[in-house]
Amino acid sequence: MPGKTIGLHQAAALVPDGATLSIGGFTTQRHPMAFVYELIRLRRRNLYLFGHSPGGDWDVLIGAGCVKRVELAYEADEAFNTVGPRWRRAVEQGKIEWEDYSNFSMVARFTAGAMGIPFMPVRSLLGSDVLRKETLTTDERSADPRTAAKKAHVMTSPFNPADRVVLVPAIHTEFAVLHVQKATAAGTVRIEGQSYADIQQALCADTVIVTAEDIVEEDELRRTPELNPIPFFVVKHVCHVPFGAHPYAVYNYYDYDPLQLKEYHESARDDAAYRAYLDKYVYGIRDHQAYLEAVGGPERLAGLKSSPEFGYSPDLKRRL
Amino acid sequence: MAATKYSLMELMTVISAREVADGEVVFAGTGLPMLGVMLAQKTHAPGCIIIFEAGTVASRLAHLPMSVGDPRAMRGAATAAGLNEVFTFVLQAGRVDVGFLSGAQVDRFGNINSTSIGADPRHPVVRFSGSGGACDIACLAKRTIIIAKHEKRRFPEKVDYVTSPGWLEGGRSRQAAGLVRGGPDVIVTTMGVIRFRVDTKSPYLASFHPGLTPRGVAEETEFALDIGEAVETAPPSAEELRILRDIVDPERVFLK
Repeated sequence: MPGKTIGLHQAAALVPDGATLSIGGFTTQRHPMAFVYELIRLRRRNLYLFGHSPGGDWDVLIGAGCVKRVELAYEADEAFNTVGPRWRRAVEQGKIEWEDYSNFSMVARFTAGAMGIPFMPVRSLLGSDVLRKETLTTDERSADPRTAAKKAHVMTSPFNPADRVVLVPAIHTEFAVLHVQKATAAGTVRIEGQSYADIQQALCADTVIVTAEDIVEEDELRRTPELNPIPFFVVKHVCHVPFGAHPYAVYNYYDYDPLQLKEYHESARDDAAYRAYLDKYVYGIRDHQAYLEAVGGPERLAGLKSSPEFGYSPDLKRRL
Repeated sequence: MAATKYSLMELMTVISAREVADGEVVFAGTGLPMLGVMLAQKTHAPGCIIIFEAGTVASRLAHLPMSVGDPRAMRGAATAAGLNEVFTFVLQAGRVDVGFLSGAQVDRFGNINSTSIGADPRHPVVRFSGSGGACDIACLAKRTIIIAKHEKRRFPEKVDYVTSPGWLEGGRSRQAAGLVRGGPDVIVTTMGVIRFRVDTKSPYLASFHPGLTPRGVAEETEFALDIGEAVETAPPSAEELRILRDIVDPERVFLK
C-alpha cells in the first residue's frame, strides 16, 4: 500500500493552528468526518474554513472551538436540521467571524483558484444583500492575508456597456481534505455520484489529503481514466478510512445515519449535552475504529449499507 | 372529485406542484421544493427535468431526497457532475425555466430572506443557514415559484436581508440592478396563492384556500395585499393526495 498512504492521525497532524482549509462533500454527504474528528482531538484552533454548503463537518468543528473565520453559502444538515445548531449559536453569540456568499459564487471562487486566475465573473448576486452587505470589515480583511482584500466587485463589461457582472475573488487554501469512494496509493481518485465542488477545492489547495473507503490498485482506476477527475500528482496524502464519512452518506457505500444525526442535533441544543456528545464520540475516543464501535459497530453500520441497485438504502427509516 | 381531508402543508404542496408545467427544466432548492417538484413529476409533469444544485440533471426520483446532494437524487439521473456544471452551464447560461424556492421571510416584492433576522446581519437576532444556491436560482432562473408557510411575521413589508432577489423595489428595479432575466411568478402559501402585477410588480391575492376568506388571508399578511380578484383555490384531488402521501412522501419526511 505505502506510496502516499499515511495514517489518519498523522495526516490530520499536518494541519496546523490557523491553517486555511476546505473540506469536501455537501451538507449530509461525503464529508471526511473521521479526519474532522481527528482535528478536534488534536484541539486545533483558529482554522479558516472555505466552503459552499457544509453541514455537520463544519458544525462540529465550530462547536468544538476549532474555527476562527469562515466564508460560506450555507451551513446545515438540510432536512435533518435546517440550520447548523452550533453555527447558529456561534454567530448569535459573536464567537465566529464569517462572510456570506452564495453556492454559485463560492464555487466560482474555488474554480478561479483552481484555474490560477485572480477572480471569476458571475451574473448572480446582483440586487441581493449577499452582494450589498458585508460582515467582515475592510480593516479585518486588510489585516489578514488569508481573507481576500474585498468581498466582491461589480464590473461593467468592457465589451458591452449595458452588461454588468460581479467579480468574486479566487480562493487559495493551504489544505483541502476530501472523502471519496476509491483512491490508489499513488493518489488517483475515483468519485462516484455527485462530485459537489471537490475537484475545484482540491485544485486550489497547496496540500490535498484524500481519505477513501477503498484503496484499490492503480491499474483498476486507469482502465477508465475519464472517471478520475483529479491528476494523481496533485494529491499529496491518501488515508484508508472505511466509513470515514459517518454519519453522512457515501453514494454506493452507505447512507446517512438518522439515529446519529438525531443524537447530534438533540445534544447540540444545549451546551452541556453538546460537551457530553463530544466526550462520548470524539474526545473520549482513541481512533476511528473505536468511533465505529461507539456508534454501534458492525451491526449498526450494516443497516446503513447501500443497496447495489440504488446506491443508497431504500428501506432506511429516516424520521425517528 | 375533491378529497375531503388534507393538511395545509399537503394543500400547499399540491398547489405549488401545479405551477410546474410538463417538460420544463426545474431547478429545485432544498426542503419543500423537493416535495413539490417530485409530486409534479409523479402527476401532471412526468417530463419535467429536475435539477439539483449538487450536480444531478433529470433525476427520476424513486425516493424523496432530504438533501439536494442526496444519493437519492442520483436515481435515474441523465447526468451527474458537480455544482460548477449545473450553476454555470445550466443555470447561468439561461437553461432553467423554473426556480423553485422556499424561505423564512418573503416580502411584498417576493424578495426572500434565508440569512438572518434583525437589522444588522453582523449581529443577528436569529441566524439561518444562509443562501445556499437560493440567491443564484432567484437571480438566474427564467421565473421563480416560492413556497412558504403563511404566518404574519413571515410576510413583512420588507425582508431584513435580501438573500434571494425577487422584484426588489418593484417596477423595473430588478432589471436596473443588472439581473438579466427571471423574477418571482408566484408565492404559494398555506393560505393562498399570491401573484404580481405585470408593471408595478405589486402583489395580489390570486386565490385563497378552501375554508378561508380573502380578508382572513390579508389579515395574516403584514404587507398590503390586493384581494379584489381572489377566487377560491381548486382543492387537491384524491389522486394528487394519494400520490403525495403514498408515493412521494410515505415516510412523512416533510409532510405532517
